[in-house]
Amino acid sequence: MSFLNYLINGISLGSVYAIIALGYTMVYGIAKMLNFAHGDVIMVGGFVVFTMSTRMGLSPVLSVLVSIVICTLLGMTIERIAYKPLRNATSLAVLITAIGVSYFLQNLALIIFGSDIKLFTSVVKVKPLVIADGQITITGETIVTILACMIIMTVLTLFIKKTKAGQAMLAVSEDKGAAELMGVNVNATISLTFAIGSGLAAIAGVLLCSAYPSLNPYTGSMPGIKAFVAAVFGGIGSIPGALIGGILLGVIESLSKSYISSQMADAIVFSVLIIVLLVKPTGLLGKKISEKV
Amino acid sequence: MAMLEVKDLEVNYGVIKAIKGVSFEVNEGEVISLIGANGAGKTTILHAVSGLLNKTAGTVMFEGKDITKIPAHKIVYMGMSHVPEGRRVFAQLTVLENLKLGAYSRKDKNELNETLEKVYKSFPRLEERKNQLAGTLSGGEQLMLAMGRALMSHPKLILMDEPSMGLSPIFVEEIFNIIKEISASGTTVLLVEQNAKKALSIADRAYVLETGNITLSGDAKTLMNDESVKKAYLGE
Repeated sequence: MSFLNYLINGISLGSVYAIIALGYTMVYGIAKMLNFAHGDVIMVGGFVVFTMSTRMGLSPVLSVLVSIVICTLLGMTIERIAYKPLRNATSLAVLITAIGVSYFLQNLALIIFGSDIKLFTSVVKVKPLVIADGQITITGETIVTILACMIIMTVLTLFIKKTKAGQAMLAVSEDKGAAELMGVNVNATISLTFAIGSGLAAIAGVLLCSAYPSLNPYTGSMPGIKAFVAAVFGGIGSIPGALIGGILLGVIESLSKSYISSQMADAIVFSVLIIVLLVKPTGLLGKKISEKV
Repeated sequence: MAMLEVKDLEVNYGVIKAIKGVSFEVNEGEVISLIGANGAGKTTILHAVSGLLNKTAGTVMFEGKDITKIPAHKIVYMGMSHVPEGRRVFAQLTVLENLKLGAYSRKDKNELNETLEKVYKSFPRLEERKNQLAGTLSGGEQLMLAMGRALMSHPKLILMDEPSMGLSPIFVEEIFNIIKEISASGTTVLLVEQNAKKALSIADRAYVLETGNITLSGDAKTLMNDESVKKAYLGE
């Protein structure tokens, strides 16, 4: 029965990775850049909720909403100030800028909140679910995380498939010039992508800090890198790929921690990535359409 | 007043002067051809007109409005549509999704279905394949899709860049018939072609472009009988 417990924990952790991976994969698909500051937006989301709910005593729901709004605006601001001027620059310049933004956010949090670890009070008030005569306990955080991930995936998929803005995103991701000839405002579309990705990062931050209740300025960086791995694993640019990559990564991590060694877990996760990329360089769902000329 | 008026247009790529002061106009209802060899600057001119490229100097007026500095995505809303070189359909979207994106600048939902019907009437093959990914279409079908997509925005002026490129002779014939139909339905056409013979045969007027300059212009029929044009572009 413990196996089921580990599996469920893995799916829950993987759901958080998947939500973060969405931000990486959408931004990569549309702006063709790796936003390495994405993980730190998670940390900002966590600190906003911490300040609102633990320090100021606001209701959890309200704190989460404020956090989503702030992270959304933060993501759009980062794009506008740091990345937009580099739209035609080499990808290396953009990558280095992204790393710079990442350090900037971490150090800003360091100045404001200090380096000590903050105890984050979970915002989830759902009661744990005990099944199979108490052999399996599913925490409220786990339930909320998995549900949130499923809802986000469904809404996002519908948004992209069914709305004009979503179709514009797909058009921009394929061919910016042709999208512009359709009347799509490419800059606005990129900005919208950052807004969505960062809003999701806020949600991921809250879920992560609720499940693992410690918070410091570097909280976002490791989950950020893992989620990036998840995105590559599933096929960067692909939304279902982010989901599958995230969940698989979470499950592999959880099972290796439980059965092999908790120190080795990360090494195992990254080894699996390397093997997958050796066999399928585009990731699990990454597609390479051969165009007819 | 001409529908499209390009004056002293200059476009540079870095230090290279691609277009060195080109002027031409397109009147409402006309079919105008820009002909010239590879690298003469035909595509660059179209990109500058539709707003995809920044102009170094000169002005572009569309229906009396100065659009020199207006970005491409806004020019579409004013009634100009551009079928780019190499079709550039959205390969990973279906035919129908591509066509709907063509109508991105239109607000009316009922109108969308009507326009779709019209486009399907001109290109029945697109209706048969509406749920197929655009990347799986043949080159000729992709061109039909690119043209259909451009028509979805109800353009007053349509720019076409090398529609005949890479197509079989039978298909070229079909495409030029469709261009004639588009023109007959009241849309003004600015056509860029390497296939000078075909282009001149359907054009009202034409301009001959050589390394960034217009060297000759006039009535398409007259140009077709011009000795230098015959020699350089018609292979006679």
